Amino acid sequence: MELHELTIRQAHELLVGREISSVDLTAAVLARIRAVEDRVKAYIHVSADSALASAAEADRRRAAGEDHPLLGIPLAIKDVIVTQGIPTTCGSKMLQGFMPPYDSMVVSRLRRAGAVILGKTNTDEFAMGSTTENSRFHTTHNPWDLSRVPGGSSGGSAAAVASDECIGSLGSDTGGSIRQPAGFCGVAGLKPTYGRVSRNGLVAFASSLDQIGPICKQVADCAMLFETIAGYDSKDSTSVDLPVPDCLGGIADGVRGLRLGVPKEYFVDGMQPEVNQAIQKALKVWESLGAEIVEVSMPHTEYCLSVYYLLATAEASANLARFDGIRYGYSDHHAESLWDGYTASRTEGFGAEVKRRIMLGTYALSAGYYDAYYLKAQKVRTLIKQDYDRALEQCDALITPTSPTTAYGIGEKVNDPLEMYLSDIYTLSLNLAGLCGIAIPCGFAAGLPIGLQIQGNAFAEAEIMRVAYAYEQATEWHLAHPTL
Amino acid sequence: MALSREQVQHIAELARLELSEQETELFVEQLSAILDYAEQLNDLDTDAVPPTAQVLALRNVMRSDELQPCLTPDQALANAPQRQDAYFRVRAILE
Repeated sequence: MELHELTIRQAHELLVGREISSVDLTAAVLARIRAVEDRVKAYIHVSADSALASAAEADRRRAAGEDHPLLGIPLAIKDVIVTQGIPTTCGSKMLQGFMPPYDSMVVSRLRRAGAVILGKTNTDEFAMGSTTENSRFHTTHNPWDLSRVPGGSSGGSAAAVASDECIGSLGSDTGGSIRQPAGFCGVAGLKPTYGRVSRNGLVAFASSLDQIGPICKQVADCAMLFETIAGYDSKDSTSVDLPVPDCLGGIADGVRGLRLGVPKEYFVDGMQPEVNQAIQKALKVWESLGAEIVEVSMPHTEYCLSVYYLLATAEASANLARFDGIRYGYSDHHAESLWDGYTASRTEGFGAEVKRRIMLGTYALSAGYYDAYYLKAQKVRTLIKQDYDRALEQCDALITPTSPTTAYGIGEKVNDPLEMYLSDIYTLSLNLAGLCGIAIPCGFAAGLPIGLQIQGNAFAEAEIMRVAYAYEQATEWHLAHPTL
Repeated sequence: MALSREQVQHIAELARLELSEQETELFVEQLSAILDYAEQLNDLDTDAVPPTAQVLALRNVMRSDELQPCLTPDQALANAPQRQDAYFRVRAILE
């Protein structure tokens, strides 16, 4: 096995056994990036020199007797998470050249653990999109079929993991932006419970929905990354002060006696037949491992898309109001008045999808429409949350597809926003309810990965990773590699 | 619910965005389609349902008013498009 193909867990064992150094590993991954990046385009910025310097430092720390599962492990960070000394663009002209003066809490925790930051991965502009086609810089290609999208918005991170251009990565998930690309790229992606991982230093899209989480080659790697980044942070006022569970410790405890719920409303017209077949087969696997499969009902599922796009855009329109061309970010120098300066900077700095969402959100919050759209959506959000509360009283976790289809072609949906939004139909309800979910591969259709999603209760990350790990270890989908 | 060109222009002004003729046309069409889709929410009777702004129990989070490590003026101004001394420079707002 080549070094760049290692999982975090495998690499950690070799590092502990002094069979490899972090410099060896990091150099191998950087060589892999040089070999395939012109085809995959997973990164916006690769910081090879600082990565090698961090690797050398990690080797020194290890030689001095330190150990941590991430010490010396090369990771890729989605470019909406700020990194001191490494440019952070959010895939936008608005932040082209922006050099953050501080590290996000997750990155400072990674650095403290000794992880090596390889660079910043591509994203739809400000994480708004399902394909990375909305990136200002370039579109990332799906490593399984370069003519197709990797999903999004964390498509760069998912593609980097699938193509072995990193050992693990971080993404962010507002409506499925970790799970959907993980599904499209055949890797594992965890969206933690709202409040579990600090949002400090995550450039805000929709503050009541955003969460940072790991995208990795395997479930156990997600557990290792999650345990490192999770936990209370006083700099995030929505951070929850609960102990982080030992996810890795119980990960192999199996599913015997667990009840897995299948929401009947998720299995509707428009789902690709192979996706449905793969999920049905996966349910049989869990059954054979001792789990009980039960049907549950989530009657408000059909309203999730509307609620999500009203609330997420409303929050986004407020969050993106900070980009005024004065304190940081793109600035138009030609305008004569303050007002014209705001307008010119924002008009030139933002791309089409971001403008579309700011417009929709501004409308939903504007005088005379607030009650009809924003408040109405918040009320239906309550009903969606209640659907989850009731469903999760009857079972331990829910099993759904991550998307209705496998990865579609680049350019196929980019001009039809509503059609594009529909591809997130299975993931966005989880953010509205604030719960946790993990996507893992469960098959292939015509050479493209199929993803399934395990959704769990608030703060039940250890439980859903246990369910995911049981399936993963009973199957071989996670071992498949694309040919590049 | 169909948005008019004037409504789209008004929203753009509120959001400090300038739209070309072509963008205005496109947004009239696309935003109307999205809002039409969202009309489905009116099928639900929500009179007795409380709104959810966020899923955690709401409470104010305060910290003690003590000086903590923070950015220096140079760090805070490092990304400023225009600065003057230790200040962000902006266009004049008074005649």
